[in-house]
Formats: sequence, structure tokens, C-alpha cells
Amino acid sequence: MSDRTVSESVSAASPAAAPAETAPPGGAWALLVSELTVLFRRRRTWALLLALAAVPVLIAVAVRLSSQEPTPGRGPPFLDQVTQNGLFVAVTGLIVSIPLFLPLTVGVVAGDTIAGEAGLGTLRYLLAAPAGRVWLLVVKYIGAAVFCLAATLAVVTAGVLAGLAFFPVGPLTLLSGDTISLSESFLRALLIAGYVTVSLLGLSAIGLFFSTLTVVPVGAMAATIVLSVVAQVLDSLPQLDWLHPWLFSHYWLDFADLLRQPIDFTSFGANALLQGGYLLVFGALAYGRFVTKDILS
Amino acid sequence: MTPATRAGDLAIETRALTKRFGRQIAVDAIDLAVPMGSVFGFLGPNGSGKTTSIRVMLGLAAATSGEVSLLGESMPGRLARVLPQVGALVEGPAFYPFLSGAANLRRFDSADRAAPGRSRRTRVDRALERVGLSNAAGKKVSAYSLGMKQRLGIANALLMPRRLLVLDEPTNGLDPQGTREVRALVRSLAGEGTTVFVSSHLLAEVEHMCTHAAIMSAGRLVAQGTLDELRAGESRVRVRTPDAAAAIRVLADAGLVAELETAPDDRGAESFTAAEGSPGVDGSSGWSSGRSADHWVSAPIELPRSGRVAPVERGTSSAGGQLAEEDLVAALVAGGVRVRGFHLQDTSLEDRFVALTGEGFDVVR
Repeated sequence: MSDRTVSESVSAASPAAAPAETAPPGGAWALLVSELTVLFRRRRTWALLLALAAVPVLIAVAVRLSSQEPTPGRGPPFLDQVTQNGLFVAVTGLIVSIPLFLPLTVGVVAGDTIAGEAGLGTLRYLLAAPAGRVWLLVVKYIGAAVFCLAATLAVVTAGVLAGLAFFPVGPLTLLSGDTISLSESFLRALLIAGYVTVSLLGLSAIGLFFSTLTVVPVGAMAATIVLSVVAQVLDSLPQLDWLHPWLFSHYWLDFADLLRQPIDFTSFGANALLQGGYLLVFGALAYGRFVTKDILS
Repeated sequence: MTPATRAGDLAIETRALTKRFGRQIAVDAIDLAVPMGSVFGFLGPNGSGKTTSIRVMLGLAAATSGEVSLLGESMPGRLARVLPQVGALVEGPAFYPFLSGAANLRRFDSADRAAPGRSRRTRVDRALERVGLSNAAGKKVSAYSLGMKQRLGIANALLMPRRLLVLDEPTNGLDPQGTREVRALVRSLAGEGTTVFVSSHLLAEVEHMCTHAAIMSAGRLVAQGTLDELRAGESRVRVRTPDAAAAIRVLADAGLVAELETAPDDRGAESFTAAEGSPGVDGSSGWSSGRSADHWVSAPIELPRSGRVAPVERGTSSAGGQLAEEDLVAALVAGGVRVRGFHLQDTSLEDRFVALTGEGFDVVR
């Protein structure tokens, strides 16, 4: 009705009104595309990724500049391998990042999902659009999961590049003693990145749930990060070993099996199952909370 | 003003809508009826429950009890069907400060499944143009002024052709020019057949824009109807005379319940002077010394649109029927009352508002 008169006046004023350039697909998927665009257009996201990428680079530089050869058994695992094969920079970088840096960045993004929108007030406009509460929750979770992948890849990629720059890189000697080609070792690096990404999915679901509880994103972020530290502390107490298999952080560092020939997927499977369980439980909690929540911010 | 929508259709209807937060009742059993095609002013002081009502209507918050239907569909059950036809500005605009104005609108538009992605950029540009933000489209919202954000918020409500617009305080933070533009925009939208529901605590705004209004106070809906119906409440006839007792008697004979005003307010005196058209009367003539002291005697009357005067039913009404103002004056003079001033005081929307919601700055709860 009103549309026609307006479009006429507009087309008169600006005839080149962008003919569907990179138009998002519309429908429900448009929100997912938008979510990922907004996430990766944010300076904060890039700051987090750069901070993560700096970890393996710092390791590589430190090892390179240090006069003494790293001794096996001191420092993070695989550190002594770095000088022989630069690809181990990526592995060492991941191991160093897993306990704190990765959960920290994932906590920031996952804790921000709903609470960040609520804090800005944009949540009410998304829901009035209407985005649909369940779909918004799903989109937000997918966004956090994609960030987990991006975060892990940032560490691995920066590690591989730093390894190529500072150390000799060649066929990789695995933990089982076998040697694999350079191209296959890149695949292994990606596989490890996948393992670590999956490891972080449970934490992301917890962050999403915390995020539905508050309109203060910092609160949800802090709670998520604190919980990841608490889980690792509990995991280190032998008195609580009955609890250990249920902690989302239990398999976080168990990707060494992926550096054997043939690859042992046992821990990968156990980890995926555990993370899936966390996703189900905290996804359901987030759903229960968010679908009935009064949006008053 | 009324477009060709089926008469009697309601764009917004609430039945005994109630919203409680713990023990506090924010919205108390309100029955709103917003006709299709109207420009409906939703008035009330700060904290009277306007925004909460709007949140419940849009399905952002759940009603404690009662029902809401928007455009004939029940909410929140048919939310996914209804909301694409509703543009909303709720409790001020809110945006991603790190995105540009246009990117913000694209973001919100992508959340609407009914909005075609193909025309997104065009529609965003069009909405920005409509609120005069084309030049600032690429600027980050963090660099926007309050008024620009307000405009962007209105643009967000106009991304798709809407049947209903819900605008919560749309002129907040706008300069006088911006306010006029918003009024013009609302008028043009209404002219196209969109029902516009505007909440405001600014009476002038509502009087300028709206065909209908409702007044909220402390969570209750205290009045609603067309503007004329709302204004046509109690008016007062006021007589300035030294013969107060006689005047009261004559007015009582005419069926009016008159009383002596102890402290005549300044407004009445001013309008008296203006009506007389002779400012010299209360100037140097010195009626405080030479003449006997004046009193104001006033009586509530009903002012129907015919311009005739009918006494308010207060049990004592005996004369009945309708009187003209001139008849009252004639009766007063015939009764030996020295009429020094006669004034018919219409109820403005403001009087009505203050009468219904109370005076002063105190938030009711």
C-alpha cells in the first residue's frame, strides 16, 4: 500500500539502490548469517583471536631466542620437540591455551550471547521482529560454537606459521614412532583443532545458559570462566575421581591419541559424548529459562 | 482520518490484562480497545504501566492474567504471524554501537523471517530516507546523537509495510523540528491506513497527533475514547460577582450545583480578562478599595458538542433540559446578581489528565 509511493520517491532520489548485492538468503537463515557477520565484525572478537594467536608465536619466539635447548619433561609437553619440528609449536600452543586462554575467550563470547543483547536492549527488537526465541537461542549457540572453532584455528594456524618461520619443518614423527608426511601432519593439526573445538562446546552451552539468567554480560562471562577453572581444579583432586568423568574439562588435554598411528579415536568419542551431554542439559536449561523469560531490558 | 477498514475492528484489544511483578501490580486489569486506522495516544505519567503494557502486547513479557489480541490474532499464541505486521519502538531505541545505522537496521530486518533478504538493502535505505538519516547511514551508531538514535529506532519500525505501529515515546530526545517531523510522519502513516499506537507522557504531542487516547494511572486505565470524548468531561461555568449567595441560589434554580471558590486561581482571572477584552478593568480602577469585593462562584456543567449547557446530574438537578450560556447570564442578572464576569471553562486534555492522574512530580508508586 504505502510501499509504492515511497519506493517511487526513493528511486527518484537514489536510482542505484543496490541491486541485491550479496543479499542474504532471507527467511530463517538470514539471522544466522547476520549473527556470524556481527560476531566477526566486532573488534572484540578479533582482539580475542589475536590474543590467542599470540600464544604460540610467543612460545616460538621464546624457544628460538633462548640459548639453552628445552629439556624433555620441563615446561609444557612437546616443548622439547619444537626445535626438531616446527609443527609442534601449534600443539604446544594449544596445550598452553587450553586450561585458561581458550575457556576465557569462549566464556566471553558464550556469556555475551543473550545477556549482551539484553544489556544493549537489542534483544527486545530481535524478539519483536520476531526472531523467535528458540531460533534465536539456536543461532546464538551456533555463533558461539563457530567462535570455538575460530579460536582453536587461530592458535593452530598461528602455531603452524610460527613453526614454519622459526624452525625446520619436515615429516612428523608421531608418538607411536611412525613418521607421517608434511601434508598428513597438517591434517593431524586440523584434527586436533577439531578435538579442541568439540571440547569447548559444553562450556559454550553453559555460557549460553548463564547468559539467559542476567542482563549483565560481564556476569555471565565471569561465571562461565570461573566454572571452567573450578572444573579443572576438581579434575585435579584424586579424592574426587568418581566425579572426574563427568567434568566437562576432563578430556580437554587428551588429544595425544590423535598423534599416534593408527589414530585412536576413543578419547575423541568419549569427549564428544560428554560435550553432547552438557549441550543437551544446559541447552534445555537455557531453553526453559529463555522461552518463558520476561524481556524487561 | 479513518481509512476503509472494517468498522469496529480493533487493532489492539486487551481484556483484563494484568501484569504483576512479585507483589507489585504494574498493569491492573486494563481493557484497551484501539480501533483500526486510529492514531491512538497512550497517556500516563512515568511509571504508570505504559511500557509494561506494551511489552506484554508484543509478547516480550507474559501477562499474569488477561488476554491480548493484536490485529485480531491472540497474543502471544500467534506471535509469529502477527509481529511481522507490527513495527515497534519499545522503551527507546537500542542498537549495536559498533555497527553503522544501516547495518543495525539490516541486522534487525534479518531477524524477521517474513522480510525478504533480496530487498533488504533497498528497504533499509528507504526507511533511513524516510526519517532523514540517509547521510548518516554509514556512521557508527556510537557517533549518533540521541535524536538520531530515536529516528533510527523509528526507521526500524518502518522496515516493512506495517498494519500497526507501536511507538513508545517516539519524540523523546528530539528537537522541536524532529518532533514536528515525527508528527508529520505519523500523520502520513495514518493516512496510508496504518494504525499508530503512540505512548507518551506529553499531552501536547497526543493532542497534536491523535484521534483517540487512553489514560493510564498507577497501572489502571482511567479513561479512553476519542479525543473529543475525553475532553468533553466536566467543564465549569464561573461567575465573578460580589453577590455570591444570590448567584449560588440562581444557579441552583437552574439546576447547577454552584459553590464559592475560596481562592480564585490565576488562570480563571486571566481568561476572564481576555474574554472581556478590556485589560483596564482589573487595572487601576481600584475595585479592591472602592467596590465591594468580588468572588468567583463556579458550577460544574456538561458541555455537549451542540454548545448548549447541561447541568451535571448530582441528585439536586431539578431544572433539567439544556441551557444556553446567555440564558444563565440573563437569569443571574434577573436575580439581582451583579455579574462582573462570566466564563465558561472548557476541560483541556491536560485538566483531564491531571484530574485523573494527580498533580505533582510524585511517581504514584
